[in-house]
Amino acid sequence: MLHIYCPHCCEYREEEEFHVKGQAHLARPLDPEACSDKEWGEYLYFRKNPRGLHHELWVHAAGCRKFFNVTRDTVSYEIKEVYLIGEKPSVVAASVSAK
Amino acid sequence: MQHYSGFGLIKHSLSHHENWQRAWRNPTPKKKYDVIVIGGGGHGLATAYYLAKEFGVTNVAVIEKGYLGGGNTARNTTIVRSNYLWDEAAHLYEHAMKLWEGLSQDLNYNVMFSQRGVLNLGHTLQDMRDIQRRVNANRLNGIDGEVLDAKQVQELVPHMDCSANTRYPVLGASWQPRAGVARHDAVAWGYARGADAHGVDLIQQTAVTDLIIEDGACVGVKTDRYGEIRADRVGSVVAGNSSVIAAMGGFELPLESHPLQALVSEPIKPILDTVVMSNHVHGYVSQSDKGDLVIGAGIDGYNGYGQRGSFPTIEHTLQAIVELFPIFSRVRMNRQWGGVVDTCPDACPILSETPVKNLFFNCGWGTGGFKATPGSGHVFAASLAKGEMHPLAKPFSMFRFHNGALVDEHGAAGVAH
Amino acid sequence: MTQKNRLQSGGRIDRSKALTFTYNGKEYKGFEGDTLASAMLANGIDVIGRSFKYSRPRGIVAAGAEEPNAVMQLGATEATQVPNVRATQQELFDGLVSGATNGWPSVDNDLMGVVGKVGGKMMPPGFYYKTFMYPQSMWETYEKFIRKAAGLGRSSLENDPDSYEKINQHCDVLVVGAGPAGLTAALTAGRAGARVILADEQSEFGGSLLSSRETLDGAEASQWVEKVTAELAGMKEVMLLPRSTVNGYHDHNFLTIHQRNTDHISDKAPAGQARQTLHRVRAKWVVLATGAHERPLVYGNNDVPGCMIASAVSTYINRYGVVPGNELVVMTTNDGGYQAAFDWQDAGRKVVAIVDTRQNPQGAQVAEASKRGINLIKGSGVIDVAGSKRVTGVSIATLNAEGTAVQGSVTKLSADTVATSGGWSPVIHLAGHTGSRPVWDDKVVGFLPGPTVEKRLVAGAIAGDFTTAGALAQGAEAGRKALAELGLGQAEIELPATEEVVVHPPMTLFQIPHLKKTSEAPKQFVDYQNDVTAAGIELACREGFESIEHVKRYTALGFGTDQGKLGNIAGMAIAAKATGRTIPETGTTIFRPNYTPVTFGAMVGRDRGELFDPKRYTAMHKWHVENGALFEDVGQWKRPWYFPKAGETMQQSLDRECKATRESIGILDASTLGKIDIQGKDAREFLGRVYTNAWAKLAVGKCRYGLMCGEDGMVFDDGVTSCLGENHFVMTTTSGGAARVYEWLELYHQTEWPDLEVYFNTVTDHWSTMTISGPNARKLLQELTDYDVSKENLGFMDWREMKVAGVPARVFRISFTGELSFEINVQANFGLQVWEKLFEHGAKYNLTPYGTETMHILRAEKGFIIAGQDTDGSVHPYDLGMGWAVSQQKPFSFIGKRGMAREDCVRENRKQLVGLKTTDPTIVLPEGAQGVFDPKAPIPMPMVGHITSSYWSANLGHSIAMGLVKGGLDRMGEKVYYPLADGRVVEAEICSPIFLDPKGERQNV
Repeated sequence: MLHIYCPHCCEYREEEEFHVKGQAHLARPLDPEACSDKEWGEYLYFRKNPRGLHHELWVHAAGCRKFFNVTRDTVSYEIKEVYLIGEKPSVVAASVSAK
Repeated sequence: MQHYSGFGLIKHSLSHHENWQRAWRNPTPKKKYDVIVIGGGGHGLATAYYLAKEFGVTNVAVIEKGYLGGGNTARNTTIVRSNYLWDEAAHLYEHAMKLWEGLSQDLNYNVMFSQRGVLNLGHTLQDMRDIQRRVNANRLNGIDGEVLDAKQVQELVPHMDCSANTRYPVLGASWQPRAGVARHDAVAWGYARGADAHGVDLIQQTAVTDLIIEDGACVGVKTDRYGEIRADRVGSVVAGNSSVIAAMGGFELPLESHPLQALVSEPIKPILDTVVMSNHVHGYVSQSDKGDLVIGAGIDGYNGYGQRGSFPTIEHTLQAIVELFPIFSRVRMNRQWGGVVDTCPDACPILSETPVKNLFFNCGWGTGGFKATPGSGHVFAASLAKGEMHPLAKPFSMFRFHNGALVDEHGAAGVAH
Repeated sequence: MTQKNRLQSGGRIDRSKALTFTYNGKEYKGFEGDTLASAMLANGIDVIGRSFKYSRPRGIVAAGAEEPNAVMQLGATEATQVPNVRATQQELFDGLVSGATNGWPSVDNDLMGVVGKVGGKMMPPGFYYKTFMYPQSMWETYEKFIRKAAGLGRSSLENDPDSYEKINQHCDVLVVGAGPAGLTAALTAGRAGARVILADEQSEFGGSLLSSRETLDGAEASQWVEKVTAELAGMKEVMLLPRSTVNGYHDHNFLTIHQRNTDHISDKAPAGQARQTLHRVRAKWVVLATGAHERPLVYGNNDVPGCMIASAVSTYINRYGVVPGNELVVMTTNDGGYQAAFDWQDAGRKVVAIVDTRQNPQGAQVAEASKRGINLIKGSGVIDVAGSKRVTGVSIATLNAEGTAVQGSVTKLSADTVATSGGWSPVIHLAGHTGSRPVWDDKVVGFLPGPTVEKRLVAGAIAGDFTTAGALAQGAEAGRKALAELGLGQAEIELPATEEVVVHPPMTLFQIPHLKKTSEAPKQFVDYQNDVTAAGIELACREGFESIEHVKRYTALGFGTDQGKLGNIAGMAIAAKATGRTIPETGTTIFRPNYTPVTFGAMVGRDRGELFDPKRYTAMHKWHVENGALFEDVGQWKRPWYFPKAGETMQQSLDRECKATRESIGILDASTLGKIDIQGKDAREFLGRVYTNAWAKLAVGKCRYGLMCGEDGMVFDDGVTSCLGENHFVMTTTSGGAARVYEWLELYHQTEWPDLEVYFNTVTDHWSTMTISGPNARKLLQELTDYDVSKENLGFMDWREMKVAGVPARVFRISFTGELSFEINVQANFGLQVWEKLFEHGAKYNLTPYGTETMHILRAEKGFIIAGQDTDGSVHPYDLGMGWAVSQQKPFSFIGKRGMAREDCVRENRKQLVGLKTTDPTIVLPEGAQGVFDPKAPIPMPMVGHITSSYWSANLGHSIAMGLVKGGLDRMGEKVYYPLADGRVVEAEICSPIFLDPKGERQNV
């Protein structure tokens, strides 16, 4: 069970108090009508799903009900950092495989 | 291939079992194949087997980073059923079911497919509406199934608490008699042995580190042990690691890889003959031929490649099982484990061409892949052989997530996978 | 003779407290302090079970958690049956009832054993994959026989009378294992004031010291244990947990401890006491001091009762005062095995020989053996034993230097006990639970814990140091290290003086060769519980199962309830040898929780039955119960389903409730509808973004129905939202969807539109909601309020604040029935009072309570949807014929707008919600029936959609239904056919879903 630091409550709490909401930093397109079906589909469904460092959105559902971001290793499950909505992660994967 | 039989066992016992053949070779890969299958799990091995046996493509390599059948094939709760709601899914899983019936004989390997029936319990009026809807659809699709009331369920599972006194009383169930369980490892081994016998090279302990892409087409793979291995077509069948291979191809998939946990009790004397699944109280259980209660539930919410999940998921699962079977309270849990399942937004698989030419993906089976193994392999083999998706696979293109033509088993079926 | 193997003195048992226990129906005696195993051995019980596959007689091998054979059925009553209890871990209590788990007709005369003997040769690993295939139809029959042989013990058939509890714990340091290393670790941390939990699976602390004759500070080691335990017990921040096994090590230093509170007293917990407790521990640091298990050697017929591990022999003698035989042969690869012989001899029984596999063993133990006049046979091994239900003799042969082949002749000696030591395996199980891979160490001849991301330390034998001195020092060091990491200061402890031990190099040997090849030699067992033999492992390798995971899965090595604690390493070594690799090359094993099995009940705790899931009741629940309501589960809510009167069928009740509502007045408890209070200057803008319709112009005092979609354009909830003030709204949601909608709103506000000033608060439970509906609704309401509720003053889709029955209320004039209808909301604590007042005044109007079922019928008569019943996540508003609720003109692209414009959402022939009228008006279509256009089409039939809602309408005098039909909105008047399971094909006509009062005249009064 993960032990998660809520940056709003400023405390470590048990995973049972939180809901995970998937990949972080998925910005809703500002002009949805300008999106093609493909672009909208990618916003809706396509995900990075990395093996390793992952930035994900959590909500302290049974606590302060605030959302925040977590950088977590999806293999070791280590939480590297938590940061607020609107902030950028400081721990990022060394090399992003972009081809 | 050496034929297996009871007579063979007697014969070999006279020579102290010294003369059994290897089930498969341990070959060094060639430089080039017609088809490379990435991933030596059940689906990948089935794909290779059918490529060679049914579609005449024998110049095939299966590249497996660990050992054969060591991923979700070795970690699932072995339930096989085909009672899916939507036509597209029902036809695909029923295709698999028909192959299951006769698979042991086809492979000459006893995969212990045991058609002991699967119950999907309903605990609310809406559950029962959904069950009616699904069973009616199954019936008109030619898939066996009936709706049972609580009394009939009690007769099938005498030790379950079907009384009205529970928190969520059992109101009824769907019942698929042809469904059941199989011996998961044997499925992988049977396909591996069969594929090998047809000339397929099974390359174990070899990881694919990259795809070789030339002019927008995939022409092979790079590996950690054997460098480049080329192929005309490449099929990725790596379940939880699909997004990793996709990233090598420069695209994303509509997938998330989640931990899926399961557990077994200590072996106990036979007490449960059918498979009991409940989406509402969230747990399912069957009893293996060894006597273990094999128990599972849903995924952990976070992405995870660690083959383990969080403890509360196990607690909730056992709460559900003890709620259904209070008499199991003093039985003891032996072992838990986890797999990595690639879940799709509509709880249906992806059998698809990709943005890279000659690169095909078979993934997204989520929590329901084992039951599809023969069908998945067969349909994917047909697609790889032809270079074009098989009709049963067509609705499962990854591009359905662009135009919106989802096959939404999630929203509609209300069934644990 | 009773307790023929019990010594007159010695051990940690209390001979003044005799206990009676039953095994297989026969009574025996033991003493307090015994385990079931030690008491059985004291009574000379040799055969305690039959093996799983070959039904061979089996005896007790070990003295602790690693025991593979002594797996018993326990329980004096049906309800208290526990399967598969290890006798070596079960403390004896008076009245304990036990039995063997296998063997028919009895464990001593087992008929399956005959099958095992005859058929054993035909049952190599994987034999079932190779047979039982032909003919195909016979498998089910074969399987029935295979299943008959399944299982060890049996489940109780009655409900568990005991309760279980869970406790969440937080500590600075969790020390696992209270042997010498664990004790010094805990003492060090404890002295600095750290919060320490010290857990040990045994009944008392001390670990290896309890069964050893070593001295500490020149006195019995147990004295030091008592002293340290007493000091720890006096520390406020230290929690001591004996009889508590740390079974799982999960991510982020979360560990579970399974504590047996009463299993040592009785098989049923005393009244008021939980039988077992599961501690859920979050530890800042963990010290694993879990010790090591001795490995038995693998040799011919090594499963015959009387074959044991050497340290267990010592434990039974020293701790329990039991000598489990008369004539002992020890076989060892290391110095450790000698002690069993010395203990045996000191107990006054005969040591036949010590067989050391080393060519030239040296040192104190060898000297001691010679001093004692023990026959020491060097460079040799026991290759086979004679006997079936008890060892009667051994065959000893000289081995080559590597221990790979027999050289020279075989000597036969008479003996009834063979104690072997093949070295020690660190107990690294917990260290591997979070994904850390163990690392092979050639010097230790075993796996050590691998690197980890967890805050974890190891001390003592788990770290590969098998000496007491090493354990004491490493424990203290781990304690200091944890303190330093925690910033809790420093603490020193004095380590007791230990006897000097010079350990001579052990021989790396697992399997003793036989004269014959392994495949032809007598069975050499590696994993007793699963009948896995050395020959079986070699066969698996020959067949291509080369990875250790393949070997394990093919042979079942390590899959028993002992999880291979004794056999795994030997099995890996044999597989490595067979494939010409080293052990690490063969692959490491992965350990999974649990270390030892955990009762389901303990995992469940109190979360069963009533507490499985919370029940939510409305404020009027008591009234519903008193008035005979039957209830429906909706989410966690218990909602009245209908209110039957004596003698009524369900349909009669519904007919009565429906008619009363349309003819006079009915009342529904609608409190379960989700209610979210929304405030802020941008509240209105926010609503416009999450609902499909327009909200810009909704005036204060007005209500509006809204549809909510996902970004995919599919409907996921609906409800009425009312404008309470310019910047203040209250939103209602479906009963089951409230929490989901609330989180959804917060998600969008916090992550997408934080610039909007809006606040959400869930107020579902704050309000009781009672809906009165019917032509007399206004009259009744007016009787209870001074406010003018006339049509002119409180119009349709208006709401007002007023007092109802003297209580402040919000009254919404909205209607889900199509009748004149008022939703009265009062603070929940007034709910019952107002409800009862309504009935006081409503009696004259035949005010009739109705439940969810009548609500469903009444709304279906009007064609109103229920989200989740008529929708399923695959229909958008246009599919529902509710395009009127979608505003394409809104400036902001609301959630769902883009989604419902995707190619597949705008195509022809989508499934659309329509009304359906059966040709025979008396037939009520079953909900879930699937429709076809051509009832004569062959299977698989092309289906066109299913019935979502279907009822008998007493008001209309015919059945009504709603359903999805492909292209249905363009097919009005066409026929759809519903082939039912019973063979009937029901014909229905597509129509408008509004069956009653299409112009809405009834509510507009």
